[in-house]
Amino acid sequence: MQTLIFRTAAPYLTGLMLMFSVFVLLRGHNEPGGGFTGGLIAASAFAIHGIAFGVPAVRRALYFHPMAIAGFGLFAAAVAGLPSLLFGVPFLTGLWTSPEVFGIVVDLSTVIVFDIGVYLVVVGSFTSIALALEDREHD
Amino acid sequence: MLPFAGALLAPALVRVMKHNAGWLLAAIPLVVFLHFAGMLDAISKSSPISDGFDWAPSLGLRFSWFLDGLSLTFALLISGIGTLIVIYAGGYLKGHPHQGRFFSFILLFMGAMLGLVVSDSFLMLFVYWELTSITSFLLIGFDHSRDASRRAALQALLVTGVGGLSLLAGLLVIAQATGVNELSSLLGSGDALRNSPLYLAALVLVLGGAFTKSAQFPFHFWLPNAMEAPTPVSAYLHSATMVKAGVYLLMRLNPVMGDTAAWETILPLFGGATLAVGTLLAVRQTDLKLMLAYTTVASLGLLIMLTGVGSDTAIQAAALYLIAHSMFKGALFMVAGLIDHETDTRDITGLRGLRKAMPITFVAAMLAALSMGGLPLFFGFLAKEEIYVALGSPQSWQAVLLVVAVCGNALMFAIGFAVALRPFIGDAIKTPKAAHEGPMSLWLGPVVLGASGLAAALVSPITHRFFSSPTASAVAGSPVDVTISTIPHIGVPLFLSGLTVALGIAAYLRLDRLRGAMTAVLNAIGWGPDRGFDQVLRGLLRLATGLTRVIHNGRLDIYMTVTFIAVAASLLLPMVLFDELPLMPSVPDLRFYEWGVLAIAVIGIAAVVLARSRLTAIVSLGIQGFAVALLYMLFGAPDLSFTQFMVETLSVVILALVMTRLRLVPTDRRPHAQKLVDMAIAAACGVAFALLLLKVTQLPFDDRLSQFFNTYAKTIAHGRNVVNVIIVDFRGLDTLGEIAVVMVTGLAILALIRIRSKKAEVHTPVKEEA
Repeated sequence: MQTLIFRTAAPYLTGLMLMFSVFVLLRGHNEPGGGFTGGLIAASAFAIHGIAFGVPAVRRALYFHPMAIAGFGLFAAAVAGLPSLLFGVPFLTGLWTSPEVFGIVVDLSTVIVFDIGVYLVVVGSFTSIALALEDREHD
Repeated sequence: MLPFAGALLAPALVRVMKHNAGWLLAAIPLVVFLHFAGMLDAISKSSPISDGFDWAPSLGLRFSWFLDGLSLTFALLISGIGTLIVIYAGGYLKGHPHQGRFFSFILLFMGAMLGLVVSDSFLMLFVYWELTSITSFLLIGFDHSRDASRRAALQALLVTGVGGLSLLAGLLVIAQATGVNELSSLLGSGDALRNSPLYLAALVLVLGGAFTKSAQFPFHFWLPNAMEAPTPVSAYLHSATMVKAGVYLLMRLNPVMGDTAAWETILPLFGGATLAVGTLLAVRQTDLKLMLAYTTVASLGLLIMLTGVGSDTAIQAAALYLIAHSMFKGALFMVAGLIDHETDTRDITGLRGLRKAMPITFVAAMLAALSMGGLPLFFGFLAKEEIYVALGSPQSWQAVLLVVAVCGNALMFAIGFAVALRPFIGDAIKTPKAAHEGPMSLWLGPVVLGASGLAAALVSPITHRFFSSPTASAVAGSPVDVTISTIPHIGVPLFLSGLTVALGIAAYLRLDRLRGAMTAVLNAIGWGPDRGFDQVLRGLLRLATGLTRVIHNGRLDIYMTVTFIAVAASLLLPMVLFDELPLMPSVPDLRFYEWGVLAIAVIGIAAVVLARSRLTAIVSLGIQGFAVALLYMLFGAPDLSFTQFMVETLSVVILALVMTRLRLVPTDRRPHAQKLVDMAIAAACGVAFALLLLKVTQLPFDDRLSQFFNTYAKTIAHGRNVVNVIIVDFRGLDTLGEIAVVMVTGLAILALIRIRSKKAEVHTPVKEEA
């Protein structure tokens, strides 16, 4: 699989896909997309990188173990539900705030934290599965 | 519940105080005893006390307790004898490395047993019932390094556990039949249960629980085996308290379940059989504890029999005998343990002339035996008199009960004295350990219990007022006054008592010959429920192994085949059987590119089927997936389509990776017949799903949910993408659960891959060596 064309194109492809995945994640609230889809895109990006340059390269680039990423995602998603308890509304009720930064209204919410959590879980889980499978290709 | 807290503390205390901790820990049951004793006056005069708090109101469950004469007598017996037992155990297990654990178990059991007798709600009753079974298991198996202990513990757990399940079913049936789930309201429901069509089912199930717990024939075998437990346990659980739980339950239910033909046949029948079998088997034993164990079985039979007869006098007799038995049998067990502890043997043939060495023990043993034998001035006498009053004027077949009772009591008399008198009289013979009196902690229990058997009878009016009458009233369901006293009065009962004593003395003198005869008879039979239990257990294990082999045969393709056949059948059969097949839709009017996409999907599938190598098949499956994603896009589900694209891509990649890893033969080498079968199953599944979906779309569509989400997605959740808003906001908790599942699945897959690679590592060096 390590042809010249693929190895040349892979870094760009990975970068683009990662960027796109974040874009899909963030726009998910109003347009098609969201954490789950975004996470799948990012996981494919890492899978491609792994096929092109080998698993150790991806592991180095990721720095954290993919499962740790997934764990953090789950944790973040769970924590995102907690603030609602402070306000006496059911667990995981979305809370919104819209501060104005440099004249632009930015909608912030606990929901986005939750969605990022979903994203991280999906990325982490699928990447670790894909990497583990690719890893065995080389041993 | 104080005992539970005590159970937590016990191990630590023992570490600090060694065996003296027993004295301090005994304060716990003592406090409980005094607490309950404080209620005596109120209970004996007026109505029962009950209270509780809501546990799960949505299920109508309350954590409630209920105290009347019966519960109170039991509670006092449990805590009172418990106090003595804890002290006794302090001396008996002195220096045992696990003494703390032992105290812990004993106190746990005490808490469970107290909970059992004061429970009001059915569920609580059942939970405590099971808790006593479990603690009994732990205590019987306390000496867990011995095979016999473990077997006995398991046997007791299984027998009482099965009974517990039966009881649960019985309680549920009662709740179903009467609509109440608390004992106190059940007792007030009058004839509702008796007249219910479910009565017989409830009765049989409840009896299943009670008979196993109270070791009724033919379930009696676990109790003698339970004598593997340390003696304090035998004295406490397996004579004075736990085994009476079944009796308690039947007495408790007597007002609502008793007084029917079934009740008055089954209970005396089983009780009488147990009494007969128990005493006969007891004669055969030479081990002090086993002799006592079989008489316990017999006594429980007697209690059940009396409860079954159900007349006022019979119930009075049962109440009296219940109290008397707990006291004398507890004392005798402790005496047996004491003798064992000081001489290192429990074999009655090897014990003689201990009265000089152990005078206090001798006195305690005699006190208990006199009560057990039912001689005047002792509480056992009152009980026996009352039994004969109840059975003395028999109608028709009840005469059999009278004969059984007289013979049974006579044999119990003989055995009581064989245990309490024989080892002490005669010339002293050598025992494995030089006999001498035990420490105070050991003789205190038997002396107090034995003496209270005497005292209770001497002040019988007071005993009756506080214990016997309230208990009997609670069992009968209407006020009953127990009046019997120790002064013998001429009549049929006294005559029967005299007969019993005469028979008993005769049996005592000829005990050795009787034992020989019984052994011969039993050897002739050769088979007993104990061996039957082993056979059943072995059969069950063999069945389980066989079943596992069949179902869990380790061949993935068979699992898959079975699963898919089940799917197809579960979808197709109901539709065909209930004539729910969908109408065939007409060919829809589609645009050319829509046909195009459909064609791509079909081509993809055709490629899968025709593909020669597995890799091609996987990639072709991707074609079909993408086509479906396109369809989603065309029909207005961009989110779904988006996700479908990604899932297809990743699954093709991962499947391809897996395939390359597994090093399978690249082509499919199934025989043609196999292929045909698989094809048929696949087609059936596909058709089934297609039909189901067609049917679903032909039903009227309820769009209230869609409308709700469409309306509120923007206003409540600030999002225009309804799908995503549902995922992260409206159904946030679902999603949280789902991502947790995703992660756990990931971990599991990771672990599976790792396990395989480790195995590979292990295998490599072996090959090198070869």
